[in-house]
Amino acid sequence: MQFSEHWLRTFVNPALDSAALGHLLTMAGLEVEESEAVAPAFEGVVVAEILEVNPHPNADRLRVCKVDVGASEPIQIVCGAPNAAAGMKVPCALVGAVLPGDFQIKAAKLRGVESLGMLCSAREIGISDAHEGLLALPEDFTVGVNIREALALDDVRFTIKLTPNRADCLSLLGVAREVSALTGAALTEPLVTPVPARHDITRGVHLASPDACPRYVGRVLRNVDPTRPTPAWMKQRLERCGVRSISAIVDVTNYVMLELGQPLHAFDNDKLQGDVVVRWAQAGDKLLLLNGQEVEPDARTLLIADASGPLALAGVMGGQLSGVTDATRDVFLESAFFQPDAIVGRARAYGFSSDASHRFERGVDFELAPRAMERATELILSICGGEAGPAVQSLDAQALPKREPVALRVSRASQVIGIPFTAAQISEILGRLGMPVTVEEDRVTVTPPSYRFDLRIEEDLIEEIARIHGYENIPESLPQGTLGMLPLPESRRSDFALRQLLAGREYQEVVNYAFVDEAWERDFCGNLDPIRLANPIASHLSVMRSSLLGGLIGTLMTNQRRRASRVRVFEIGRCFAKDVKGQPVAGYRQPMKVAGLAWGAAAAEQWGLATRKVDFFDVKADVEALLDGRSLEFVRLSHPALHPGRAAEVRCDGAAVGWVGELHPNWVQRYDLATAPVVFELDLEAAAYRPLPVFVAPSKFPMVVRDLALVVRAETPVGELLAVLREAPVSIVQAIEIFDIYQGKGIDPDSKSVAFRVRFQHTDQTLEDAEVDAAIDVLVGRAGERLGAQLRS
Amino acid sequence: MDHLQQLVEQAIADFGAASDANSLEQAKARYLGKSGSLTDLLKGLGKMDPDARREAGAAINRAKVAVEQALEARRDALREAALAEQLAAEALDVTLPGRGQGSGGLHPVTRTLGRIEQLFASIGFKVADGPEIEEDWYNFTALNTPENHPARSMHDTFYLQDAPGVLLRTHTSPVQVRYMREHVALHEGDEVMPEIRIIAPGRVYRVDYDATHSPMFHQIEGLWVGERVSFADLKGVIAEFLRRFFETDALQVRFRPSFFPFTEPSAEIDFAFMSGPNKGKWLEIAGCGVVHPNVLRNGGINPDRYTGFAFGMGLDRLTMLRYGVDDLRLFFENDLRFLSQFR
Repeated sequence: MQFSEHWLRTFVNPALDSAALGHLLTMAGLEVEESEAVAPAFEGVVVAEILEVNPHPNADRLRVCKVDVGASEPIQIVCGAPNAAAGMKVPCALVGAVLPGDFQIKAAKLRGVESLGMLCSAREIGISDAHEGLLALPEDFTVGVNIREALALDDVRFTIKLTPNRADCLSLLGVAREVSALTGAALTEPLVTPVPARHDITRGVHLASPDACPRYVGRVLRNVDPTRPTPAWMKQRLERCGVRSISAIVDVTNYVMLELGQPLHAFDNDKLQGDVVVRWAQAGDKLLLLNGQEVEPDARTLLIADASGPLALAGVMGGQLSGVTDATRDVFLESAFFQPDAIVGRARAYGFSSDASHRFERGVDFELAPRAMERATELILSICGGEAGPAVQSLDAQALPKREPVALRVSRASQVIGIPFTAAQISEILGRLGMPVTVEEDRVTVTPPSYRFDLRIEEDLIEEIARIHGYENIPESLPQGTLGMLPLPESRRSDFALRQLLAGREYQEVVNYAFVDEAWERDFCGNLDPIRLANPIASHLSVMRSSLLGGLIGTLMTNQRRRASRVRVFEIGRCFAKDVKGQPVAGYRQPMKVAGLAWGAAAAEQWGLATRKVDFFDVKADVEALLDGRSLEFVRLSHPALHPGRAAEVRCDGAAVGWVGELHPNWVQRYDLATAPVVFELDLEAAAYRPLPVFVAPSKFPMVVRDLALVVRAETPVGELLAVLREAPVSIVQAIEIFDIYQGKGIDPDSKSVAFRVRFQHTDQTLEDAEVDAAIDVLVGRAGERLGAQLRS
Repeated sequence: MDHLQQLVEQAIADFGAASDANSLEQAKARYLGKSGSLTDLLKGLGKMDPDARREAGAAINRAKVAVEQALEARRDALREAALAEQLAAEALDVTLPGRGQGSGGLHPVTRTLGRIEQLFASIGFKVADGPEIEEDWYNFTALNTPENHPARSMHDTFYLQDAPGVLLRTHTSPVQVRYMREHVALHEGDEVMPEIRIIAPGRVYRVDYDATHSPMFHQIEGLWVGERVSFADLKGVIAEFLRRFFETDALQVRFRPSFFPFTEPSAEIDFAFMSGPNKGKWLEIAGCGVVHPNVLRNGGINPDRYTGFAFGMGLDRLTMLRYGVDDLRLFFENDLRFLSQFR
C-alpha cells in the first residue's frame, strides 16, 4: 500500500518527523518498504502568472515575458518554453532561488535582455521528467505562494508492506487509526454528511446469496457530467498513492477506497436492465472485463448481474459494457460488502489481481458501505454535478460477520509474552485499539471492531498487546529448561562424518536441484515414469530425481566447460521414487543418498607421481572406505548408466546398498565428456551405519605367514576365490590377502595365478608346522572343489 | 717415565692419523695388540722386584687407560664423520611439494549448517527431518493455513502432476507438526511430556527464480515447546544465536511484528552489524513467533498447558552474510572455483 504522508497527517498528526513515523509503522508491523520525498530540496520558487509574452529582439526562440510573482511590480523574464502564454500560471524561480542540483538563479542578461528569474518545467523542480514546456499550474492557484506549499511538495510517499491479516490498514483512515493507537495523537475522521435525495429513482437489488453478499448499498445519480476534469488536489493524492487518474467518476471511487477502505463500483445506469442481482455464476454466463479479458465464470464466482446477464465479477472487477464512459448521464453507484470467503482466490484464478479483490479477500469493514456511499456521492456531485437519488441498502443482518466478545487472561498474556502485565495495562492497550473493554479479575473481555478480521481468539489479543507495548520493549531472556543429554547413537555416524571422510579423499561437496531433466532420469536411471511437476520452472527442471547421478554429471559438464581438467565431487541429498508403499507421504519413497563422481587424473598433476586416469578401483577404494567395518561384496551389475563390464552392485552385510562403476561410453559421448567418469551411489543410511566394535583378545602366540599361489580359469572372479578361501572351515586362519595376479609365461594362457598371503595363528597355543600344512591342504582342496583351482607348481 | 709419555703421545698421533675404522684397528694393534708395545711392557713387569713392579705397573696402566680413551674417542669421531657423510648424501629438497592425494571440502551451506547444528545442540536441540515431497495438509492446513487463505499466495508452490494434495514443501515448518505428533505418541501416558527442542534443516522449494531467489533453497526450522516458553525466550535464543553464529557481540537484533498463520505473536527478525561492510544496515534473517494454538492442537498438544516458539531462517542467506557471498545462485551452480574456496 502506497500513500502520501501529507494526506495521512490530515487524519492524524503526531509530533514525529517522517523518519520517526516510518520507524513507528515498521515496528508496529506495517513494514515501510520505501519512503521517498515527492520532490527534491529546492527553494525560492513561487506561483506566478504570465501577464504578457513578447518576442525577443535578438533571438527567434526566446520570448520576453512580463510575470506577476505577487510582488508590487511585475518582473521581466526571458523564457524559451514553447508553451509560454499570457494568462498561464507557472512555477517561477526568483533571483536567489536554488533549484535541484544546486542550480542558483541570478539576475542575468540573455542576448542583451535583462531576465530576473526563471519560469520552470516540472523537471526543473524535480517533480517529474516532463520538460516539454512550462509546468501549467491550476488556474485557482494564488500568485506569490511558495510552490512547495501550493503543490504540497514537502510530502513523503510511503510504501508499506502489509501482512494479509491487516486489511484494515489498506486505507488512509486505517493507517491513521493505527498511528493514533500507537502514539495517542487524536484521530480526525473525514466528515461525511448524508447527501439528501433530489429525485426518487432507485434500482432494485436482490441479494440472491446473502452469505456471500449480506450488504449492498446502491444509488442512482442523475445528470452527471463524467467528462469534467478531476480536481488537481485529488489527482495529486491519487498519484501519490500510486493510482493513475482515469476519469472523474473512476477517480472518486478510487479516492474513497484509498481514503476509507471501501471499494466501490460505478455502472452506467442506462446500460442496466431490471433489478441488480448478486448471485453465483451459472453455466453459460460470460463477461467481458474492464481489462479486456473475456471470462466464463465458474460456479465459485460471485457476480453482479441484471436481467441481461453478468455485469461484473463481484468485488473483483467490473464489466466493460456496463461501465461508465464519457457518454454516461446516469450512474448507478455500488458500495457493498462481500465476504472474504466469497472473493478469495478468484481473481488469481483468472490470472490477475485488483485493488478491490485484494481488499475484499482480506476483509473490508462490513459497516462501512453506507458511509462510503455518502462520501462518494458527495464527491461525484461536487465534481460532475447531477442529482442524487436515495441510497438504498439491501441488508441481511444475520449474514454479516459476527464480532463475538473475545476473552483474554492477563496471566496467560504475561506468560506468553514473558513479562508481567496488569489488567489495567492490558485494558489501556486494547482501549487504544478502539475496543470497549470489560475487566473481571484475571479476565479482560473485548469486542473487536467491524474493521478487524484478525481478532478472534485470545492469542490474537496477546499479539496486539505485544505489538502495541512494543516488541522492542520485551526483554531478551534465555529460557530455562531441564538439562538432558541428546541421544547420539554411536553406530549411526553423522552426515558430517561422511562429508568429512569424502572431503578427506579429495571430493568436493556440491548441491544440485532436486528437479532434473527428464532425459537424465531416462538415460541414467532407465526411469520412464518419473515424478513430474505440474508447474516446473523450466522444461529441463521438470521431474524429481530418483538418483543423484544426473546432477553430478551436470556438475561435471559445468566444470568441464569452465576448463577444469579434474573433477571429484559428491552430494548428499534426497531422491524420489513412486512407490505404493512409500512413507511418510503415501505413494512416494524419499531416501537420502550419497553419491560421488571422479573424473580426470587419479591425483592432481605432480612431480612425484606418474599421471594416470582415475579408474574403477580408485573409486571402489573410496566406497570401501565409506563402508569400512562392514562385510562387503561387489557383484557384477547391469545398470543403464554404467559400462556393463565395469560396474558392480555394492552389497553390505548381504543387502544391496548401491553401486559403483564407470559411465557407459554412450553417455560419455552423448553428454560430450572428454573421458568416462567413475561414479558411485549408496543409500545414506547404509553408509552411515557402522556397527559397534566387538572386542577379541589378540593371541599371545606367534603368527605363521605362508604364501599360496592358486591357478584358476582366467574368467573366474578373484572375489569368489577369496570368498571360498575365507569361508573354508579352518579356524586358525587369521587373514587372507591377495598380493599378486599373474598371467603369462609358465601359466596356461586360459588361466591366471592368484597369490595369497595367509596368516595363521592359534588363540591358545603355538602352531606346529603340521597344523599349518594341514590347513593349507584344506584351503587348496576347497578351492579345487569349488572353482577347479590348482596349486601353482 | 718419559718413554711412556712418548708412547701415549705417539699412539694418539697414530690414532688421529687413521682415516677409517680399519687403519684405526691396525694402529690399535701396535699398542694394545698381543705384541703391542704396551702389552710388551706389561709382560716385562714380571721380571721386576715387587716395589719397582708396583710403581711401574701403575704407570703403565695409566698409560694404557690413556691410550684406550684416545682409541675410543677416535672411534666415535670416525663414526660421527661417517654418519654425517651418510646424512649429507641422503638430504632431500624439502621445498618440493608433498606427494599423493589432496583434499576436498564441504559445500558452504552445509558448512554453515554444521555450525548451526552444533550451536543449537549445545542448548539441547535435536535435529529432526521431514519429507520434501509433502502433503498439502502438513505444509499448509496443519499450519493454520486453510485452502484459499491469503497467506498461501505468499508461497508459490510446486505441485506434482496428477497428484492432488501433494507438493514440494515450501518451507521446513511442516516438520513441526510431524515431529510433535511423533513426540506425543512416544510420550503418551507420561505425567509430563518432555520438552520439544528441535531444529529441522533442509531443502525447500518455491516457484521463483531471479537474482535473489532460487527455486530450491535451504531453510532451518527451530521449535521449542514446553510448559513455560515465552516470546521473551524466543528473543533471547535468536539474539544469542546470531551473536554466536557471527562470533561478535557487535550486533543489533530487532523483532518486528509480522504475520505467519502458524505463529502468534509473529515477528520478522532483522539484525545489523555494528562494523564491517554492512554496518548499520538492517538485514532480514528469519521469521518467528509463538506457536499458534491450532498448530499445537494439530500436533496433538494441549495449548492451554504448553506453549512454544518456532523460527525459520534462511540457511543460504546466513551463509552469504557469514562469508560475504553476494549472489545466491553461486550456491547451486557448483562451479568448483567457487566451492573450493570453502575448505
